[in-house]
Amino acid sequence: MGSLTGKGLAVDLAGLKLRSPTLNASGVLGMSAPLLKRVYDSGAGAVVTKSLGPAGRPGHINPTVVEVDGGLLNAMGLPNPGVEGYLDELRELKREGVPVVASFFASTLEEFQSGAAALCDAGADALELNLSCPNVGGEPGMCAADAVSVERVTSAVKRVTTAPVLVKLSPNVTDIAGIAVAAERGGADAITAVNTLKAMAIDADFRRPVLANVTGGLSGPAIKSVALRCVWEIAEAVKIPIVGCGGVSNWRDAVEYMLAGASAVEVGTAVMDHGFEVYGKMNEGISEYLRENGFDSISEVVGLAHRK
Amino acid sequence: MTAVTIERVVRETPDIYTLYFPAVAGARPGQYLMIWLPGVDEVPMSLSTIGDPSSITVRVVGDATRALSRLGKGDKVGLRGPFGNGYNIEGERPLLVGGGTGIASLAPLAEEMVAKGVKPTFLIGARSRDQLLFKDRLSRLLGPSLMVSTDDGSEGYHGYASNYAAELMAKTRFDHIYVCGPEIMAAKIWAEAERLGVPVQASLERLCKCAVGLCGSCAIGPYRVCRDGPVFDTARLREVAADFGRRRMDASGRMVRVDH
Repeated sequence: MGSLTGKGLAVDLAGLKLRSPTLNASGVLGMSAPLLKRVYDSGAGAVVTKSLGPAGRPGHINPTVVEVDGGLLNAMGLPNPGVEGYLDELRELKREGVPVVASFFASTLEEFQSGAAALCDAGADALELNLSCPNVGGEPGMCAADAVSVERVTSAVKRVTTAPVLVKLSPNVTDIAGIAVAAERGGADAITAVNTLKAMAIDADFRRPVLANVTGGLSGPAIKSVALRCVWEIAEAVKIPIVGCGGVSNWRDAVEYMLAGASAVEVGTAVMDHGFEVYGKMNEGISEYLRENGFDSISEVVGLAHRK
Repeated sequence: MTAVTIERVVRETPDIYTLYFPAVAGARPGQYLMIWLPGVDEVPMSLSTIGDPSSITVRVVGDATRALSRLGKGDKVGLRGPFGNGYNIEGERPLLVGGGTGIASLAPLAEEMVAKGVKPTFLIGARSRDQLLFKDRLSRLLGPSLMVSTDDGSEGYHGYASNYAAELMAKTRFDHIYVCGPEIMAAKIWAEAERLGVPVQASLERLCKCAVGLCGSCAIGPYRVCRDGPVFDTARLREVAADFGRRRMDASGRMVRVDH
């Protein structure tokens, strides 16, 4: 916590002012305001809500989570109280002075627009478009594999809000840089890369898939190298900032993401092993790295590994 | 996920069953397991016996618990855990109050207390005589320090366990109260303990999905019942007083009233 004002940790992410470059990943600890407040109090620069849809939904039945080598597999099924049902939590966070990135999804352009407007009216400092949940097969809003749809949704949302819009992309595509370019063309202010990798677990004793949803999304250290490559490719293709996400567990991971082109990182699964303290510790480590290497700010590090 | 084989099933009451299986390593009283029934559900269950064999005790309330109640020797279930913080043994004159299946998580605590030379008073409460859990087991352990209440008066004190607990607390100066059971009951007992200035550890229940502290579905105030709990001490109960005994999140994250 002492490092919140540490050297050079502040980041301006397309107008979203962050005191530190660490956020929670959507879906982690985001169901209620008090837990997100605790994330913020642990050092996060801003918090990201659970992905909110046009209507409440209970999510999948258990098992929704299973631990696998190097990570975690989940298929929560986007449980959420709906945009309207969450506005009180959002307002509570704003009363507490917490910068909030509201993650949301929808099925139609109109729903995307009304969701965006409602969340911004309630005080969201930025929006994160979840176009990439792997666990709700076939829902029309989960269009991260289709460049045309990504551009169309992004520009529709941008028409109704002035808040920064982050577009969260899926690693489960052939050409993630091409999708990122489409989001940029649609007016995205930043890219969040990446959502979970589609995966599954089968139990040898019971001879069946473990997750009730059969497939799920893999997160944690197991996906870091894949996600890092995605950030690298996106950084080569777009000018807008990138938020790195995928297996970020310590300051070294965070710095590697920054070198690949990320201005900030989202941290989720690492909370399982390292607790809420992971945010503060990561900030301290990044701050020390900057100091020891003679950098004045994170922006000096972003994308450095791309130098020819 | 580990597959374990059921060794024995005991029908404790008309709708409560105890399932015994080989020891779960490193478990403490008050911790819980995630029990997976392939094709049905995965549910959190307090350990009702610690050691070898270990056990869970289940009241039939829905699909998963009905399926569990129908298992027999040789059947397999999947198991994750143990999870959660468990109880801390504190005080020299503790009172334990268990309501319904809440008795299950306190029974191993009572056994550990006795093994450590602390003799607790244990009040077990149920709707009626045939719903009383572990009466013989606890009577052997505690003798006259086992108290009984039934809502219908068919055995022991006639009335709610929370009322009997208040009477016992007025008569005897207990220095620590442990509670597990219906939340309305637990909240009443906590309020009485607060009035008397006696510290409490209460085991709480919320909707538990991931059990590893990530999904947030079990949030109560700034805490996760699955990871920070399930046992909350007086300091933390004060922090979540706006929710404890009052409101909880449903599966979609919407706040609903606590009604039992």
